Amino acid sequence: MSLTPWRRTSGPAARSQLHGEGRMAAFLVSPTLLVLGLVIAYPVLSAVYSSLFSVPDIDPKTGFIEKGDPFVGLDNFTSIFSGAGDRFWNAFWNTSFLTVTSVILETVIGFAMALIMHQGLRGRAWIRASILVPWAIPTAISALLWRWIFDSEGIANSVLNTKVLWTTEGFQAQVAVIIAEVWKTAPFVGILVLAGLQIISSEVYEAARVDGAGPVRRLWSITLPLVKPALLVAVLFRLLDALRMFDLPYILIGAGKQSVETLSMLAQDEASNVRFGPASAYSVVLFLYVFLIAFAFIKLLGADLLGARDQSARGTRGKGTGKRPRQGTGSGRNLQKEATA
Amino acid sequence: MRAIPRRLLPCTAVTAALTLVGGCGLGPSSVESATDAEERGPITFATSDTSGVVPTLIKRWNDRHPDEKATFIELPEDADQQRQMMIQNAQLKTDTYSVLNLDVVWTSEFASHRWIDQLPADSFPFKRTLGPINATAAYRGKWFAMPYASDGAMLYYRKDLLEKAGVESPPKTWDEMREICDKVLKGQKPSMSCYGGQFEKYEGLTVNFSEAVNSAGGEVTDAKGIPHLDTPEARRGMDHMVESLKDGTIPKSGITFMEEQGRRAFEKGDLLFYRNWPYQYAISDKKAKNNQVAGKFGVAPIPGEKGPGASSLGGHNLALSSSARNKATALDFMRFMTNEQSARLKLEKASLAPVFENLYDEPGYVKKFPYLPVLKKSILGAEPRPRVVQYGDATKAIQNEAYNALTGKKTAQAALRGLQRQLRALAP
Repeated sequence: MSLTPWRRTSGPAARSQLHGEGRMAAFLVSPTLLVLGLVIAYPVLSAVYSSLFSVPDIDPKTGFIEKGDPFVGLDNFTSIFSGAGDRFWNAFWNTSFLTVTSVILETVIGFAMALIMHQGLRGRAWIRASILVPWAIPTAISALLWRWIFDSEGIANSVLNTKVLWTTEGFQAQVAVIIAEVWKTAPFVGILVLAGLQIISSEVYEAARVDGAGPVRRLWSITLPLVKPALLVAVLFRLLDALRMFDLPYILIGAGKQSVETLSMLAQDEASNVRFGPASAYSVVLFLYVFLIAFAFIKLLGADLLGARDQSARGTRGKGTGKRPRQGTGSGRNLQKEATA
Repeated sequence: MRAIPRRLLPCTAVTAALTLVGGCGLGPSSVESATDAEERGPITFATSDTSGVVPTLIKRWNDRHPDEKATFIELPEDADQQRQMMIQNAQLKTDTYSVLNLDVVWTSEFASHRWIDQLPADSFPFKRTLGPINATAAYRGKWFAMPYASDGAMLYYRKDLLEKAGVESPPKTWDEMREICDKVLKGQKPSMSCYGGQFEKYEGLTVNFSEAVNSAGGEVTDAKGIPHLDTPEARRGMDHMVESLKDGTIPKSGITFMEEQGRRAFEKGDLLFYRNWPYQYAISDKKAKNNQVAGKFGVAPIPGEKGPGASSLGGHNLALSSSARNKATALDFMRFMTNEQSARLKLEKASLAPVFENLYDEPGYVKKFPYLPVLKKSILGAEPRPRVVQYGDATKAIQNEAYNALTGKKTAQAALRGLQRQLRALAP
């Protein structure tokens, strides 16, 4: 991203300058690339490699497990599509269902939170801080809290005056996970959208008001289109995060519950039973699934994402020098990154 | 089929970060039996310790063996995490953990993978323990661990209510228990139920299911790991559980009970009978805000179909990591940690159930721990949980099918048939 402005310069002097600067840049990013290679590329490749092996058998004479894992090629992957794949598909649909429902709810609620946080109300700092509290609590801790709430004798049942056994197998377990997940992550969407809202100039709203646009119209025609880039980034982050959901269902509902078993939980269970081959295979499938979703999301909405960004920048800042909007979006990104961190 | 060297896989399976810390594949070569171990020097002891007795024991050892000091490595309280860390240690072949404190159900898995060493037969006085305990320290007829502490189920019951209703002794059979409940519960608040155990989908369900089957005269798996769930006894055990939940003998919320939920219900006065481990005795006997049963309850062996039931066996054993250094020291340390003197300290300071029979009969201990005679009976009549190499898969299969039957997703018959098939696939 930071290199793109250089492509615009031309002429031999610029090109040699580009060459030198490029080498310098490569040198400067090399430590980062090395670390990324070590902590991302190496584990991913080694997981792919491990997924080609199966589990050794017991030697019936000695009772010991035979040494060495047998190479089985793609058997771990093809078995997903045979009879043994039931558990995988259950986990796959659970992952998808929990992701879609919770991300939709998070987006709607998070957006509403951002609108509230953006208002110049009194005690705004307090409202912002209190909305952000759930995001600050580690997932494992919030899962424990919700476990208490959803206990058969817990607050949820006494408030609703019901006797639902939330943590047992069934739809209610999924509902419990979705509620806890939305509670925790809607503030995240809220922060990112808030960052987007703050970039929108108040002049636009004033102009709209002068033209006679009501609040609903202003929301649909100004706020939503202008905040869309930030909103899309938020939704993308949440999608990727929700697809690898693990700790919430694991702690809140329990390790062995089929109704909330996600792909991550399935892989973890296989690994904990010392079947690294199948565990790696499931992880690789999950990796590809996440990758595919991210790719599709950026492909379908991404071109729009950049376009909307430039337009919004121009719209709000007027005609810039051509560099300014980019810097603007750059700092917008940074802001979002800080928010994520 | 191409085989890769065993130790290569863990190197590729873990991240680079672990490789840097763990020193992949650089550990000492493993000895398959510890009989000829001679190396001496510092060692480590990997265990969780909720009671705080381990540091005291280690200090005793270190005072006497200044050149062969033992270091206490505290593992998390969660059993799954302990197992995972020990497996990681074994996979990386490091000598970080020398002596392992294993749950009794892990012996077969650890022994078959050669993560732990076979022990010399004379390294532990196996003759002096309560019988069923020894089975958990052996794999295929060879010793792989030394019994460290035991555990057995007991039936906690409301002595005060039974006496008030004129019932003289706690129930020995399931039918007796139901009769007593009918009698006693009439005069009680409607929220009080007859019986509770652990029926949430976790290890506790495996324990309770096995107890039901064993108490009806059946067995889940035999000593060779072959399942026998297609028998009428197994069916009656399963039916007993399913019926009890259906007719309200067990409260509806019982399906979410782990040890602590049930204990709280018992202490709140919502249960007349509750099956739990001995640890509850001291807690429930202490006066507390939400505890109405202090001084009002008693313990008995768990009931069965036609007589006393058969408990599942809990507890821990010490084993020697096959990638450890200084195995001669480690063996001595294991003997020290499991000897009678240490067992006394573990009982006095941490209420850990001893493995030695004679301690259960000492009047001083019986006075201090009134449940000891009941616990002794419980352990003597106990059955180990399935001894299979892939215990993780076996227990998950049991939990799934028992849960299916309890929640009515499957009939008892279908669940047992499915379980028999799954366990058969795991048997050797």
